[in-house]
Amino acid sequence: MALRLALLAVPLALVGAWIGLPLPGAGRRRRARLLGALAGAGAAAVLTMVVPEGILAYLVSFAVSGGIFALLALGLNVHWGYTGLFNVGVAGFFAVGAFSAALFTTAMPEGPLALYSRQAFGLEWPFLGGVVAAVVVCGCVAYLVGLPTLRLKDEYFAVASIGMAEVIRLVFQNERWLANGPQPLRGIPRPLHCLVEEPTCPWLPAGMARLVQALEPRDYPYVYLLIVSLFVAAAYVAIERAIRSPWGRVLRAIRDEEAAAAMSGKDVRRFKMQALVVGAGIMGAGGALYAHYMSSIDYGHFTPLYGTFLIWVMVMLGGSGNNRGAILGAFVVWGVWAGTAFLSDWVAPALGAIAPELPARAPYLRYLAVALLLEAVLLWRPEGLLGEERHVSIFLEMERPARVPGREAAPTAGGSR
Amino acid sequence: MASLLAWGVMLGGILALGGVGLSLVYGVLRFATFAHGDLMTVGAYLVATILPALPPMGRVGPFSFGWEFLVALALAMPLTGMVALAMDRAFYRPLRRRQASPLILAMASLGVAFLLRSLVYLGWGADFRFYYPGRARPSVLLPLGVRLRPDQLFILGVTVVLVVLMYLLLERTRAGKAMRATADNPALARVSGIDTERVAAWTWLVSGALAAAAGAMLALDSQLRPEMGWFLLLSLFAAVVLGGLGKVYAALAGGLVMGVVQQVATAFLNPAYGPAVGFVVLAALLVFKPEGLLGGRGMR
Repeated sequence: MALRLALLAVPLALVGAWIGLPLPGAGRRRRARLLGALAGAGAAAVLTMVVPEGILAYLVSFAVSGGIFALLALGLNVHWGYTGLFNVGVAGFFAVGAFSAALFTTAMPEGPLALYSRQAFGLEWPFLGGVVAAVVVCGCVAYLVGLPTLRLKDEYFAVASIGMAEVIRLVFQNERWLANGPQPLRGIPRPLHCLVEEPTCPWLPAGMARLVQALEPRDYPYVYLLIVSLFVAAAYVAIERAIRSPWGRVLRAIRDEEAAAAMSGKDVRRFKMQALVVGAGIMGAGGALYAHYMSSIDYGHFTPLYGTFLIWVMVMLGGSGNNRGAILGAFVVWGVWAGTAFLSDWVAPALGAIAPELPARAPYLRYLAVALLLEAVLLWRPEGLLGEERHVSIFLEMERPARVPGREAAPTAGGSR
Repeated sequence: MASLLAWGVMLGGILALGGVGLSLVYGVLRFATFAHGDLMTVGAYLVATILPALPPMGRVGPFSFGWEFLVALALAMPLTGMVALAMDRAFYRPLRRRQASPLILAMASLGVAFLLRSLVYLGWGADFRFYYPGRARPSVLLPLGVRLRPDQLFILGVTVVLVVLMYLLLERTRAGKAMRATADNPALARVSGIDTERVAAWTWLVSGALAAAAGAMLALDSQLRPEMGWFLLLSLFAAVVLGGLGKVYAALAGGLVMGVVQQVATAFLNPAYGPAVGFVVLAALLVFKPEGLLGGRGMR
């Protein structure tokens, strides 16, 4: 109980610090962050005491998936939101990240298992090594993809990126030697899983070991939530920093007026390539976290619908060109996606009254819901929930600390592109 | 090899039908619609729905289908056109009015693609289907050792007929002339008194009808499944870009070339990589000749 509280307090404190920042009248940034963090930790205490254990466990695993999608959405935001790259191939980078992390961290199957499970290599790297490998491999793939496609017009680039993602999925589907082909690739190690096992991690000092003894295997999502939220926070801070730097200003200049950026002497293709590689690297990290959480992946997870479209809706809903928006959108859309699972149970009787075969198809309602959500956003709220933040320079903010960024969001900048 | 060539021409016919519709929308409305493949799926499923409702009318010659299939196709084509038009009215026209960028319109079409597919899943389920389940579809031996099913010749015939009709529509009718004018220069067309919204409506009707025909032909050749159109989208774009995006007749040539390339590639490559061939051709083409094989301006 107390342990779960402690595990939950860190992510929620991060969320609190994150929300505390833009609240009106929150005063100095550091104090706002501290207040928010304390509020978050307090919320964790309240949650663990008030919410029934089963529901809390569900919420935690929901938050883990939401966090992984938030990473993917942050990556896409670098592509589309800040650079204007119409990348419809998120699923490709997602898959490359997930499979690279899996291949670098798993052990090569041995004995009779090797007959059923084939993979190109298994290096048994530690978890963080796997994530780094995923980021690097994704960056390299992005570079190779970008070489021929980045000089194309936007629509052509979009088509090419769909094609790239499909080819990657086909390769993982058909090449058995690479990552077990159509069969799932199993045995991806779960980081820090030893914390929740009975003889706990051997490297833990005795005192700590006694402390975590209360954790059971079903508490693992709490541990993973901590890991995911640290990754999301790191990616968020890194992108925010980069976007407010001169580099980020060039990206947004390219997005808004490519010709003008080129005329002021910027090598547009080079900057686009950098954005493509950086965004793909973040997507790769998302894929790696996904693989380690699922512990078993196959090509079917990386379809255009689940791997690309869902993430696009997240970014469009939250507000493209806004990292807060990308994270918020990730959780909202993931909520819709997960919520329609309940919805389909709930509407099944009504559907059955219309036609007997409809209830069995009710799960497809979630496709419909997400597609309609995107159309609704495009029609009625093109700037997204939060709209684009107008951040000109961090130095301007330093001069006037009382001014809160985001309050003066330019409503026209985000959507009408 | 000769068989592969013949099958390629047949697949090329389907790609050409889809590609002409895609190219028409791009030419007139200036955005790449990612929903075209799924519009094909909708058309194919509409045929499958109308078919059982019609009385059997006897088999047509050596083909696997009866006259009622042709009736169903003739009904499904305008219906699919209406679906395309409805999507335009609901989702694209408001965006056009707001002068949203082509990228936002393309995004909306991606949404429509998933919307249409989810409706197909809901309405017809995820299983494979056939127009005439269990009916044998023998192939005949033609000269040069070419094995073809009569249906495949029919598909080619339908392509030729519809493309000729397209030609007549674009060259001989007022609506067609207005379309070409809008494609060449929308502003000038408006100034000279062309109701561009009406042109847009006609464009959707025609491209939807062509998509239905393409989808029905694809389903006739193999089977119906909800992702059939989406899987073809890449090849469709490759075909259209091959000819030159926005040029209707070029799409015909592009479709044929693309179909042949894809079928012949199966001689050397795992057939599962069919869509990948489209992608590779597209990428190579865009790198070496971004304006398309039949480069040039206008909608010819």
